[in-house]
Amino acid sequence: MFAFIIRRLLQSILVMLTVAMIAFGLFRYVGDPINNLVGQETTLQERQHLRETLGLNDPFMVQFGRYVINTAKGDFGYSYMHRRPVKDMLIERMPATLELSIISVLMALFIGVPMGVYTGLRRNGLLAKIFMSASLIGISLPTFLIGIMLILFFGVMLRWLPTFGRGEVVAIGTWTTGLLTVSGLKALIMPSITLALFQMTLIMRLVRSEMLEVLRTDYIKFARARGLSNRAVNFGHALKNTLVPVITITGLQLGAVIAFAIITESVFQWPGMGKMFIEAVADVDIPVMAAYLCLIALFFVIINLIVDLLYYAVDPRLRVDTGGGGGHG
Amino acid sequence: MRWKSTVIAGALAAATALAAPSVGAKDFKWAFQGNLNSLDPHGLFETFTIGFHGNIYEPLIAYDDNMNVVPALAESFEQTGPNTWRVKMRAGVKFHNGNDLTADDFIFSWERAKTEGSDMKVPAGKIKEIKKIDEMTFDIITPNPNPILPRSLLILYVMDKEWSIEHKTTSATNLKGGEEGNFANLNANGTGPFMVTQHAAGVKTMLKRFDGYWKNVPSNVSNATFTPISQDATRVAALLSGELDLAYPVPVQDWKRLKDAPGVQPLAGPEARTIFLGFDQVRDELLYSNIKGKNPFKDVRVRKAFAHAINVDAIKQKVMRGSSVPAGLMVAPQIGGFASELNAHWAYDTDMSKKLLADAGYPNGFEVTMDCPNDRYVNDEKICQAAAAMLARVGVKVKVLAQTKSKYFGKVLSQNNYDTSFYLLGWTPGTMDAHQAIEPLIACRTKEKGRGLFNLGGYCNERIHKLAPMIESETDQGKRATMIKEVFKIHQDEVGHIPLHQQPLSWGVSDRVTVNQRPDNVLDLRYVVVK
Repeated sequence: MFAFIIRRLLQSILVMLTVAMIAFGLFRYVGDPINNLVGQETTLQERQHLRETLGLNDPFMVQFGRYVINTAKGDFGYSYMHRRPVKDMLIERMPATLELSIISVLMALFIGVPMGVYTGLRRNGLLAKIFMSASLIGISLPTFLIGIMLILFFGVMLRWLPTFGRGEVVAIGTWTTGLLTVSGLKALIMPSITLALFQMTLIMRLVRSEMLEVLRTDYIKFARARGLSNRAVNFGHALKNTLVPVITITGLQLGAVIAFAIITESVFQWPGMGKMFIEAVADVDIPVMAAYLCLIALFFVIINLIVDLLYYAVDPRLRVDTGGGGGHG
Repeated sequence: MRWKSTVIAGALAAATALAAPSVGAKDFKWAFQGNLNSLDPHGLFETFTIGFHGNIYEPLIAYDDNMNVVPALAESFEQTGPNTWRVKMRAGVKFHNGNDLTADDFIFSWERAKTEGSDMKVPAGKIKEIKKIDEMTFDIITPNPNPILPRSLLILYVMDKEWSIEHKTTSATNLKGGEEGNFANLNANGTGPFMVTQHAAGVKTMLKRFDGYWKNVPSNVSNATFTPISQDATRVAALLSGELDLAYPVPVQDWKRLKDAPGVQPLAGPEARTIFLGFDQVRDELLYSNIKGKNPFKDVRVRKAFAHAINVDAIKQKVMRGSSVPAGLMVAPQIGGFASELNAHWAYDTDMSKKLLADAGYPNGFEVTMDCPNDRYVNDEKICQAAAAMLARVGVKVKVLAQTKSKYFGKVLSQNNYDTSFYLLGWTPGTMDAHQAIEPLIACRTKEKGRGLFNLGGYCNERIHKLAPMIESETDQGKRATMIKEVFKIHQDEVGHIPLHQQPLSWGVSDRVTVNQRPDNVLDLRYVVVK
């Protein structure tokens, strides 16, 4: 088990190096940062001096190597546009993204799983059919469209919810939270629904099909024959056995939610890391882009590790062959 | 759990209510599409940034609501010799921290504007030396006679020397600063009517009225909150929902929506920014064309044919929804040196255009690629597409390469050796004076002098080349205006560029407030009145 974690961590370093390298390879196609850094009066000599200072004239491998070495020392560099350490900026922006993503995933789980179970059990019921049709909307409409529609309806027409931003936030150490104020919670509603909708429908459909599968198996029939209550059969036996794929998907989706919060954050002007990244792309703020991409890669690696460890908890069969070294990748 | 969060929320709401400003306090909330990245007044020479800083910091002389220059921190600013100016600082002006304004503060700010990280080196370079006379008076020595020196210093904001020394921010925020960052990047202490109470770059900036401000201004705003909102749809929605009092820019296609909605109005006006087309006139063969071995744009007849082929009125009606002002000059009417008699655009005449092309040896036209930004100016990509369609009618096949501004500028500007054959660009002279259009856009490219830095096509005329430095140093306003006019006349006859129009300013304003819309797209909080 311990060896497994170590091996995973070593692999993750390789993954992150690769991500950093690909990212660096792409940066040269994003555009020239210099014009965003200076005004129109700035002289040519000054512009060239700036390029030199930033090391933009160095060959690719030199720039990349320098970045890797600095990052290993914990130095993510200086944002071109903000002229601040990227590390500080990430720390400032991370709470907004994590709060939004985690609330969304929880929402997706706690609404999606019951809906999936329900539609699995009553697959011909009217409500189940309504759920299934509604889920088509969630799975097929693009996120930004859902966001804009919510804004238009609840923000502009009804004026119930704020159309942008995070509301009032409370700082606890370096962590800023919007969960403790009324305006913060109100501001969270529309972005989290927008972000959760796709995951929610995905989980619901997944749980439904897994439930249908499991309910047909012999041990469920046997459990019913033994006279166990419906509740015990449905939740104690059937649902539990559907959970392995659900955990995998939810875990991977948490990574995806954090990464794809970019669109939701842009639509709602949510001051998270995704928004910061998209601005960095527009401004060719290379240190910010690089740090964000590496961080997202790190999130994926950690989440996958946790998912693997959760399998052990849910699936007893895996615990039996721990001796083999857990080589199931 | 539920009751608990309700209680916490209730307590917090009560706390907020207690902390809320007293009755009568006027709040103002606004949004712009871009970020306020830094509070350092010497960090970035860019209109929005220095415009925003102008609410916190002040220069020696400043723009009023009509963009006339009026004394600000300088009580008087007089030319006492060809290269000498006597400045007397205003008495009784206080910084936000309570310190008094003295001549030392200006001298310090000028020194700071010359440091490594500063983007104000060009305006600071207009001063060779400062001789302090007494605590409130000093002489500015310029490297050469400069009739528009006060205008060049409009964006050189004055910081408090003591405060800067105390917080170790005596040089401008640098790209490679120390690990702690520069104090003035995130904090401010100016003499302006507003103080920064909170600044989170890219998230929110909160301002509070400075009670000790030296001047009476129309504004009655006590607290102002700025939020950057990059998405057009979100910005407009936030205005419509009443969460904002002002949002800018709003897309011109949303004007009708704002007019129809209750409580908000579009506010439009001509911006001082001129949009124009330019051609590569330097290379012996165009980089992006099917004509090999020669450069058609070196022939004035071809350039003239292009000018006659473009229907600026159609662009105004179809692309800009009636909101642009067609132009024939490289500067807008608000700019010093504008000559209305030269401002007519070339007549739209496809027959003349075809004839000119035939005379030049291109009866069947030719192909050329046009570089165009797609997120920099109002409807920029659509203008390029419209121009391409119009040129197709006279046989010129234009392929539009529209890109995001970082890519576009990275391709066409000096640092990439002006990699373009035909392009669209927009320009507002920073000093609101024609010289700031002539020198960077029209004068011949010379590396050592830094002239023609944005003359992307390398247009060059001997006479203009001689006139440009003379305009810079001519102190007789009458003679100067004549020279500027001569430059524009030559440039127009030779079709150095094709000016298209001045683009519109497009703001959305709540009926709750009245604001002053400056032609350079700057919001000055001094003129914001909340009803």
